[in-house]
Amino acid sequence: MVTLTFPTWMEPYRALATGKMTGDQWQALLRQLIWPVMGIAIFLLLWQLAAQRIDTSLGQFPGPVDVWEQAGSLVDEHQASRAKEVAFHERQEKYIAARLQQQPEWEPVYRDYTGAPTFFDQIGTSLITVMSGFLLASLIAIPLGIVIGLSSTAYAAMNPLIQLFKPVSPLAWLPLVTMVVSAVYVTDDPMVAKSFLTSMFTVSLCCLWPTLMNTSVGVTSVSQDLVNVSKVLRLNALSHVRKIVLPSALPMMFTGLRLSLGIAWMVLIAAEMLAQNPGLGKFVWDEFQNGSSQSLGRIMVAVIVIGLIGFLLDRLMLMLQRALVWDKSSVQR
Amino acid sequence: MKALLELSNVGMKFDTPKGTFEALKDVNLKIDAGEFVSLIGHSGCGKSTVLNIVAGLLQATDGGVILDKQEVTEPGPERAVVFQNHSLLPWLTSFENVELAVKQVFKKTKSKAEIRDWVEHNLELVHMAHAMHKKPDEISGGMKQRVGIARALAMQPQVLLMDEPFGALDALTRAHLQDSLMEIHAQLGTTVIMITHDVDEAVLLSDRIVMMTNGPSATIGEILDVNVPRPRDRLALADDPTFVRCRQQVLQFLYEKQRKVEPLPKRESVKAEADRKRA
Repeated sequence: MVTLTFPTWMEPYRALATGKMTGDQWQALLRQLIWPVMGIAIFLLLWQLAAQRIDTSLGQFPGPVDVWEQAGSLVDEHQASRAKEVAFHERQEKYIAARLQQQPEWEPVYRDYTGAPTFFDQIGTSLITVMSGFLLASLIAIPLGIVIGLSSTAYAAMNPLIQLFKPVSPLAWLPLVTMVVSAVYVTDDPMVAKSFLTSMFTVSLCCLWPTLMNTSVGVTSVSQDLVNVSKVLRLNALSHVRKIVLPSALPMMFTGLRLSLGIAWMVLIAAEMLAQNPGLGKFVWDEFQNGSSQSLGRIMVAVIVIGLIGFLLDRLMLMLQRALVWDKSSVQR
Repeated sequence: MKALLELSNVGMKFDTPKGTFEALKDVNLKIDAGEFVSLIGHSGCGKSTVLNIVAGLLQATDGGVILDKQEVTEPGPERAVVFQNHSLLPWLTSFENVELAVKQVFKKTKSKAEIRDWVEHNLELVHMAHAMHKKPDEISGGMKQRVGIARALAMQPQVLLMDEPFGALDALTRAHLQDSLMEIHAQLGTTVIMITHDVDEAVLLSDRIVMMTNGPSATIGEILDVNVPRPRDRLALADDPTFVRCRQQVLQFLYEKQRKVEPLPKRESVKAEADRKRA
């Protein structure tokens, strides 16, 4: 929302700097900066007050300051782990070089660094998994939604199944997906980890419904006038879909995609937690099991990061929607 | 000379929950090449149904339509339609909207450059060359309708079908577009069938005015030849005795012979009664 209106929202700050504020600009400044900052400040204060009164078996509930410290230590741990990794590779290089000098015919074996994943590694894993699952879901849901929207027969056939599977929780799918992946994905040299596939499929199964429903509704509600234009032009089925149906349905489709991505992110954390798949969910679970006095603070860092990433993913979709959709009025906040 | 377009005994019945509803009955009409024909009648008399049957968007349940020795069975670009509410694709510019039609009709016979020239030529014809890279949202209602006409003309139709093309426009814009349409008709000699409910528009533009009776079972009541020489000028015509007589005849048909007595809508009276009871 802010990114594309850059010059407009900068205006109050420019006016503030030059000392020429109008009433409207004060209003804008309040709305954009002062009220949100006040809101956050009050929240932090209430959090601190509440935290002081909650004693858990793992010690006092962390307040904002503890969480800030834990965030710092997570960054430090990550940097330390990276330094170790660099050192490991240097050692390996040296060893191989030395051995090759003595035994030129020797085939060198390069090994990967196998340190425990840090918080930031887990964020990366989660992001890759959620995007893959979301992409897979979109690849299934968009074409299927178009077919269902175009053909009332397909709709009648698919609707009961959609209604049945749409409300299913990811946790119910997870054991099945795990077993199926283990049974079907059997290879000596796996390209991707099984846990990755399990998480990805669970995410896809849970997040494809909003895209599917919105695409089909978007396709069904193509204006009859435009359908008539297509008939008069004798567009064939493929051109009809490409030139008339898809662009018409695009705003609705994007609404569905945004909802889907939101669900994908929520489902992923739950799936990782339950299935012990690498990612932020596993980080939270590990900290909970670890049960040190810092665990709650570290979990709180994860909670905030999960929220931030969810927010950023949504903004990303919004920007994409703004760039691609012709009907700007359909792009909401 | 054989007529270009012939409607013979065209009838249209719809199945409704209350039984069969006969919208049209025995519509017979012959139109020559280059003729400008208006269909006029009260709303609900089936003007649009006739036009949609000629367009092929509806299939007549009785009789049929023959265009240039071929029976009309489906829609096609040789019977281009200008829709009442422009029906431009909102995600395409004016140029692209016309281009879509041109590519579809001429992709085998015209080169890329020829297609571009032909699109531009048709937009110039409707005086829209200056705004051809704007999207429908960025131009006025009259301009959208101009682009809609350009799109239809660009298909080089044998018959141009217009469904109340200027109905949604204000009087000034409508007059401008009527003048443009006369100019184009004079220039290209296109055969036109236009639906209108505006008597002045019908008399000003048409060679013949087809007046339809009220439904159900609507059919052609009278056909009036407008023997006013072209080019026609709307200001000069105001006092022209032929023009005034034609206008008079259409008005007589609509408001004396086919006076439409609108019954009070049923739902409204039920609601009023309910309101009265509550009070």
